[in-house]
Amino acid sequence: MWRDTLLIAGKDLRIEARSRVALSQVAPFGIVALVLFAFALGPDRAPMAKGAPGLFWVAMLFSSVLAIQRSVSVESVDGARDGLRLSGLDPAGQFLGKTLSVAAQLLVLEVVLGVGVVLLYGASIATFWLIAVSCLLGTVGLAAAGTLYGALSAGLRIKETLLPFLLLPVVAPVLLAGTRMWQAALSGGTPSNGTPWFHLLIAFDAVYLALGVVVYGPIQETA
Amino acid sequence: MAPASAPSPAPSSALSLRDVVALSGRFPLLAGVDLEVAVGETVLIEGPNGAGKTSLLRVVAGLVPVASGQATVLGLDPVRHRTEVRRRVGLLAHASHLYDDLNVKENVRFAVRAAGGDPSRIGDACERLGLTGRLLRTGAAKLSAGQRRRVALAVLVARAPELWLLDEPHAGLDASARRLLNEVIAEATANGATALVASHEPELVASLANRSVTITGGRVTAERPIVTSMNPPRIVHVA
Repeated sequence: MWRDTLLIAGKDLRIEARSRVALSQVAPFGIVALVLFAFALGPDRAPMAKGAPGLFWVAMLFSSVLAIQRSVSVESVDGARDGLRLSGLDPAGQFLGKTLSVAAQLLVLEVVLGVGVVLLYGASIATFWLIAVSCLLGTVGLAAAGTLYGALSAGLRIKETLLPFLLLPVVAPVLLAGTRMWQAALSGGTPSNGTPWFHLLIAFDAVYLALGVVVYGPIQETA
Repeated sequence: MAPASAPSPAPSSALSLRDVVALSGRFPLLAGVDLEVAVGETVLIEGPNGAGKTSLLRVVAGLVPVASGQATVLGLDPVRHRTEVRRRVGLLAHASHLYDDLNVKENVRFAVRAAGGDPSRIGDACERLGLTGRLLRTGAAKLSAGQRRRVALAVLVARAPELWLLDEPHAGLDASARRLLNEVIAEATANGATALVASHEPELVASLANRSVTITGGRVTAERPIVTSMNPPRIVHVA
């Protein structure tokens, strides 16, 4: 399974390195979203700094939909999905590989958007490690749930519009927990302020990783 | 997830289908196919558009489930031993299964490694199919239809599957590539592989095939040995 995971992740990251979709489209989309939030909240920086955690995660969620759609679409061209099925690769390995590849791209995106939040909204980070932990756990959850729902929608003609509709409500716990942990980190609160949300993210990640490992194969065969 | 433990048979029959029905929703793709193919045989699959030729190959490859009837591929149940069957079968489909953002060599290497093939065969396979020099580093998006076909074929040559499923393999190929394709199929079967070739151009496959099977309306409606001018055809109609 791990060999298949690395094979799929390596292939997807190589495709991203060639096409640069995450860098040239997904990241700029996230930055545009941050800028539009700033326009909507007005010139006063105080409300922006206060809302920075939520705005960061909303921008992340929207951007992650694009990254996941891209991950799905590379398998939609020229029968590539059938090629993967025919290869006999372990479906759990395929799921984990695609999750790993999406997660790597989202982590880069989080760095870009994190810098954007600091520069645009004037947010100052008091507890950096809490930010890092929330981003890491949130990314795993987004990537795992996104890969799973991406596979569900992959065989459908309306996949582009169905995926956000399916995914965004499901990843609401990531938005909630990530925002609370960022609020704790920005306000310089104690680590215990973020503990329940840390547990929520851990549980979310565990559920979607386990679910994906178990059901990705059957979904792939029926989608 | 380790694949289900499979028996290690040494079947004399590469393929055995008995009253196999396959569905797409409620639409019957195959409506009771009976077909026996021996190891080492090359069988030409003929029939009009929509007859079920592609569906037959996809069922054998394990891409379409058998709704009813009995199917055995290389001595294995294609549903229970799906992974094992897929690793031992190679399908050259209408689609080439290539990633446009990867170059030729990367595509072949990924496909061979994914299927558990021997990567050391990739160089020879690419050379055999004329995929050399700068072409190896060319992105798949820039390839012509014929070149994509050659890449897909190179994957099969490198993988060396036991059962070759070729769906209109000559489509999009120029004359020299068609000759090369026939040589590759002949070499594979000479080495013990079995081939099912679905084609609208039987004259291109006739020199390779031992037998022709006609499919109409999702059923096998006729079978005949492939004959030469010295041996006139004898058509056997199947009820």
